[in-house]
Amino acid sequence: MGPLIAFPKPDAGVLGSRETIIAKLAELVPAGALVTSEDERRAYETDAFTAYRRLPLAVVLPQTTEEVSAILRFCHQDDVPVVARGAGTSLSGGAIPQEDAVVVSLARMSRIIEVDTKNRFARVEAGVTNLAISDAVGPDGFFYAPDPSSQLACTIAGNIAMNSGGAHCLKYGVTTNNLLGAKLVLIDGTVVEIGGEHLDSAGYDLLGLVCGSEGQLGIVTEAIVRILPRPEGARPVLLAFGSSEEAGAAVAAVIAAGIIPVALEFMDRRAIEICEAFVKAGYPTDAAAMLIVEVEGSEAEMEAELARIITIAEQHNVETVKESKSAMETAAIWKGRKAAFGATGRVADYICMDGTIPTGQLAHVLKRIDEIIEGHGLRVANVFHAGDGNLHPLILHNANDPGEFRRAELAGNDILRLCVEVGGCLTGEHGVGLEKRDLMSVQFTEADLRQQMRVKSVFDPEWLLNPAKVFPLEFRERGPTSVAAMA
Amino acid sequence: MTRQAAPLSLTPADEKEAAVVIASAAAAGQTLGIVGGGTRSGLGRRSVADATLTSAKLKGISFYEPAELVLGARAGTPLREIEAALSENGQSLAFEPMDHRPLYGTIGDPTIGAIASANISGPRRIMVGAARDALLGVRLINGSGEIIKSGGRVMKNVTGLDLVKLVCGAYGTLGFLTEVVFKVLPKPERAATLLLEGLSDADAIAALSAALGSPYEPSGAAHLPAGVGQNASRTLVRVEGFSDSVDHRLEALRLLLAGWSSTEPIEGDASARIWTDIRDVRFLAEPSERTIWRLSTPPTKAPSVAASIVDELPDAKWLYDLGGGLIWLSVEAAGDAGAAVIRQTLSATSGNATLLRAPDEIRQAVPVFQPLAGPLMRLTEGIKRSFDPSSILEPGRMYAGL
Repeated sequence: MGPLIAFPKPDAGVLGSRETIIAKLAELVPAGALVTSEDERRAYETDAFTAYRRLPLAVVLPQTTEEVSAILRFCHQDDVPVVARGAGTSLSGGAIPQEDAVVVSLARMSRIIEVDTKNRFARVEAGVTNLAISDAVGPDGFFYAPDPSSQLACTIAGNIAMNSGGAHCLKYGVTTNNLLGAKLVLIDGTVVEIGGEHLDSAGYDLLGLVCGSEGQLGIVTEAIVRILPRPEGARPVLLAFGSSEEAGAAVAAVIAAGIIPVALEFMDRRAIEICEAFVKAGYPTDAAAMLIVEVEGSEAEMEAELARIITIAEQHNVETVKESKSAMETAAIWKGRKAAFGATGRVADYICMDGTIPTGQLAHVLKRIDEIIEGHGLRVANVFHAGDGNLHPLILHNANDPGEFRRAELAGNDILRLCVEVGGCLTGEHGVGLEKRDLMSVQFTEADLRQQMRVKSVFDPEWLLNPAKVFPLEFRERGPTSVAAMA
Repeated sequence: MTRQAAPLSLTPADEKEAAVVIASAAAAGQTLGIVGGGTRSGLGRRSVADATLTSAKLKGISFYEPAELVLGARAGTPLREIEAALSENGQSLAFEPMDHRPLYGTIGDPTIGAIASANISGPRRIMVGAARDALLGVRLINGSGEIIKSGGRVMKNVTGLDLVKLVCGAYGTLGFLTEVVFKVLPKPERAATLLLEGLSDADAIAALSAALGSPYEPSGAAHLPAGVGQNASRTLVRVEGFSDSVDHRLEALRLLLAGWSSTEPIEGDASARIWTDIRDVRFLAEPSERTIWRLSTPPTKAPSVAASIVDELPDAKWLYDLGGGLIWLSVEAAGDAGAAVIRQTLSATSGNATLLRAPDEIRQAVPVFQPLAGPLMRLTEGIKRSFDPSSILEPGRMYAGL
């Protein structure tokens, strides 16, 4: 059984010129910054969407914006596709290369250039990890808010490309809400500065456009991010319910009562079981659904807010309430949730979906997900950000069984179609990448997509930047992956 | 300030009709000015179009889910109707959109479409972000008459290019908005404002930076220099939330800012009133013939920016919002209304200046928006063409010839 997602046919001209291309790249970067051997290129053939892989033509590891500019200028002149890469933690295949592409890795651009706590920003090279920013500004009492699960490894470059979120974006927003400026290298090598150290930029919101553009518009080499003062304290409560419906209703009631917790996480029975078996966090394995609700503030503020939340939970027949009384208990409550993906990986292979739904549809969608999964003869564990409706169904399967993997992919697509059908979207924080490219027409009309593609063409007229991603191949009119080039 | 009466006013009854109207205009090469409530026509450059396209008949809240913190409405829906619906459920547009009527002396009903189109925010932007951060989805007609949607009605959505951000703050130059979806938030139970009197600009911004760098989450941070509204200067820090929490935070902030003496906190209506006045720049609205600029800059640079400007333009008056990140500046409406001085001053820092209120002849002669570097201007032109290939929508509203 062949793979579900097609790659464009590699450009024979580019493949044939590999030696020349490598020779020219070698002139642009220092020795040791160019990866050409097959063994070393293997490390770049996929990302966290491991079912798909392609060996890139070459990999460059520039250390300066000028080097990135020179590389792109050359690739532009010679019509060589370019795939930008941060840490390669994309769950949607956003960093998966293709055989005729040069991978530009930002791994060696990881300096923190400036921290300004008075004006509340940090200027960083884009290859810095998400967590390194919080670590750097932590001693001053600040943090960088978006916190994707992969924050130890993932880079700001990748966060900007995917407009990454995390568990705490109900209060703090996602990457686009925490980004002030960026240095962007265009495909012809031009370096532009968008935004700055101030709040409001002049003209069209190019920063907002670039954030979440999945490496389609240029390569971000530097970012100015907003840093926030750390709260006085943070404390979670664990609430277990006898049904998903009751848990969902409690979420709605908390928000309707004017409370915006900093995090509101949901786990279903299978996710609870898997996580508890792995980390022994003390989760109630007899519960059908569990919420982790976190609040912030002073001791008195947290106590008052948790009391309000628990009262509401009681009105929705909460079965277990575990309020953290110490840092250790807080860590225990979060431990299972944060280990959810890793714990699931011990039980089975899984693909992680990322649709968002209107939260009012929660119970209906969970029921339908169960039906879809059963229909494909598979199992699912559900963890998600309940406050904003961002679902992460983990579809369990055996990756060594091609038939079963195919069924998991098909089930995933059905779930994403369902998300769109109930008023949501295909992806809340992982990006379209390769994974959801062919589903874009489920959410968008052809006119919608063509408008987006025209904007892409403004930045990248030849479609050299991350060309196999985001937009269904059948709409391509230009560039190496156009319908004409594939015929 | 008022636009010359356009010869023709087009008032489509729904989205489909709007698409037909724009497609025909594109075919005929007829340019269109876009009007909502008409209270903010002074924003941007003066745009002269063959006809006016209004959202007057695109009215009504299309859905409102308080528990999901989301509201969608057709673009011509009056803002007050939306605020009333939200208020019934104890919610609001948290970014606190400015009302331009006091500044422009206009009458009429501001619409929700204009909030999105011009990215209109207020003092709470410092904490919850701007209109662009709350705008979840849009439907619009591009300059070819195509119905385009971007974003949606859910809080987290990274599907495809974020055209929502592009359209927000494009002043109608990329499309005619038909429907917008905003994230809304609970209205705080209580708001109170800490007041420090008699501070110099530099001390005030230092105090505001300390407050904003604390965990007490100020939702407003402004400074009214001496002579703006009253003789003594006023430095204002707002905290909002549940009442017990507001008590705690006021006390904590008072301790943090102990180096500057504070008076009794301002509560209730008095607190609400002063933040509305700051939001709407009422302190500088009169005399109405003076020019108003809006400057964005890193907060700690703001006092020296203001000082350099007043060196060259001695009759300048100003106030600070967003902790200093926003300077509202009033200067005499003569010559270039200070454009060269202001932009020269800002060139030494990160920032930009927008001409917010000026007579038509100045708005035509002086770039209203900060001029863009060459490559950024080329991208801007390309984006404009990608939405509006015949250049029929709001010609010249943002940049001459675009």
